[in-house]
Amino acid sequence: MALNIIVLAKQVPDTHNVGPDAMTPEGTINRAALPAVFNPEDLNALEQALRLKEQFPGSKINVLTMGLPKSAEVVREALYRGADAGYVITDRSLGGADTLATSYTISQAIRKIGNYDIILGGRQAIDGDTAQVGPQVAEKLGLPQVTYAEEILELDPATKRIVIKRHIDGGVETVESHLPLVVTVNGSAAPCRPRNAKRVMTYKNAASPAEKAPEAQDEFKALCAKKPFLNITTWGAADIEADPQQIGKTGSPTNVKAVKNIVFKAKENRTMSASDADVENLIVELLNEKIIG
Amino acid sequence: MNNVFVYCELDGKNVCDVSLELLTKGRKLANTLGVQLECICAGADIEGIEKQVMPFGVDRVHIFNDARLFPYTTQPHAALVCNLFREEKPQICLMGATVIGRDLGPRVSSELHSGLTADCTELEIGDFDMNVGFDENKKPITKHYTEQLYQIRPAFGGNIVATIVNPEHRPQMATVREGVMKKEVLDPNYKGEVIRHEVAKYVKDELFDVVKVLDRHVEKAKHNLKGAAIVVSGGYGMGSKEGFDMLFELAKELHAEVGASRAAVDAGFVDHDRQIGQTGVTVRPKVYIACGISGQIQHIAGMQDSGIIISINSDPNAPINTIADYVINGTVEEVIPKMIKYYKKNSK
Repeated sequence: MALNIIVLAKQVPDTHNVGPDAMTPEGTINRAALPAVFNPEDLNALEQALRLKEQFPGSKINVLTMGLPKSAEVVREALYRGADAGYVITDRSLGGADTLATSYTISQAIRKIGNYDIILGGRQAIDGDTAQVGPQVAEKLGLPQVTYAEEILELDPATKRIVIKRHIDGGVETVESHLPLVVTVNGSAAPCRPRNAKRVMTYKNAASPAEKAPEAQDEFKALCAKKPFLNITTWGAADIEADPQQIGKTGSPTNVKAVKNIVFKAKENRTMSASDADVENLIVELLNEKIIG
Repeated sequence: MNNVFVYCELDGKNVCDVSLELLTKGRKLANTLGVQLECICAGADIEGIEKQVMPFGVDRVHIFNDARLFPYTTQPHAALVCNLFREEKPQICLMGATVIGRDLGPRVSSELHSGLTADCTELEIGDFDMNVGFDENKKPITKHYTEQLYQIRPAFGGNIVATIVNPEHRPQMATVREGVMKKEVLDPNYKGEVIRHEVAKYVKDELFDVVKVLDRHVEKAKHNLKGAAIVVSGGYGMGSKEGFDMLFELAKELHAEVGASRAAVDAGFVDHDRQIGQTGVTVRPKVYIACGISGQIQHIAGMQDSGIIISINSDPNAPINTIADYVINGTVEEVIPKMIKYYKKNSK
């Protein structure tokens, strides 16, 4: 029996590899210095989806992302690794969305895709570390949620029963639930398999029309007429029948009051070399003052 | 009405430390606002649990006692919190940034359509002027809000600190990690009201069947990072898992615990339960020895209240050096063996 799987993926600035040029002298973020990457835990979620597809041949994996037009890059990456199709939600009116407005938008897109058995996503994204969108999407769709998942242990498409191992504080838990549901996957879960060379050849020209310059649109349309699988479905706010009051900055209860680049109050400190004498002197001083003992 | 609420997380019959820390913070916020502090305790066989929370200055304890409420599952707890909040209309709700708080918080915020800020490191009360448009002369029109909850957290991988407010939506929700706020008993004899709720009025029976816990294993922590007097902490500059062996050796000599920065954890040098910082453990040891740690805000947020900070770094401009009391310019490979050697020589 085949499953319809949706994987939520996000393109994020690579905050794990922040160099000294990540901040401008004015204290704002130098986005150009941060490469955009596939949110790491979303790749763990994709791997769980790919395993389900292997277990239940004929299953279909749809990847869904929201962001700038270039976020189609994560859909392409997922296609290279084994996803079947992708959706990009992109619209200027979605800008400035907090997690609540984001989860509303994503839940509208999921409703439009329809026909899903399981929605998988990373536990959290590295640009915000909030871990909120998964549970909020579940609530908006009225679905059960299992967060911090490590592995799907059992799934029976006939009875819709699913058993999942998940992390809890200081331990692990095995829980049982029923399809359809939302599962968010931990970074410690199985890593995602690499790209498949054949799939890279097949999908390297896959794109969202939103990524293409106006003069390249006709050519891309002609290409997609021959090979429809190269067209990454792209929707704006109207396509998913989003309520304008619930999207973007308008739909976000949270407001950023202030952002500051922290400058630490420098303490008066003692600087020393790594020489034997300096290190021994420090140890002796700390011992004498009973700071260490 | 319009009070400050804390969702108390229970470990069986005990209220978790993180919740007691939030009660302490919640009491202060309630005092600033001139309102009451209330809390929710939902679990199994928790008769008398109010005695654990009252000394922190709780005015009203809402108890939901039902065998099916432990272990925690999302929907029953979310339903009782949401339905209680519809009656009580709190202005602030605090939860631990634990697995439970981070599972429950977003579900509740979505259902109530309220803003939620994760992993706050500070909470304050203050005013907020929001730009609501422009007048005919293109001058900004601002709306003034008083007594807002400032939800302060490092953001963007810990490179900036953001202050978040939710002026138009209630409750203002925030999660905070264990150890970030201080736990202080207000008055051992503090008397508040105890309200024992009928669970069936708040949670439909079928919600207990949505997710079932089949098996649960909780182990005692392998280390006592939070309570350690000395912490030896390693960053990406340790270079490898083997590099950390050196730190464990130094820690053994000093009777210290080993911590790590997020970069070292992400690189797989050390277990993630040793991570110190905004998204890890917050520590306040007597001595903190930072080895090969550059010092992103998100790390510093978890150790800045340490007594004495020693930084060992080959980069003299590492940000952590600015908050250190002692800075050793050198590589960890060179300095740490010397520290072990001279400690052994001089401590006898």
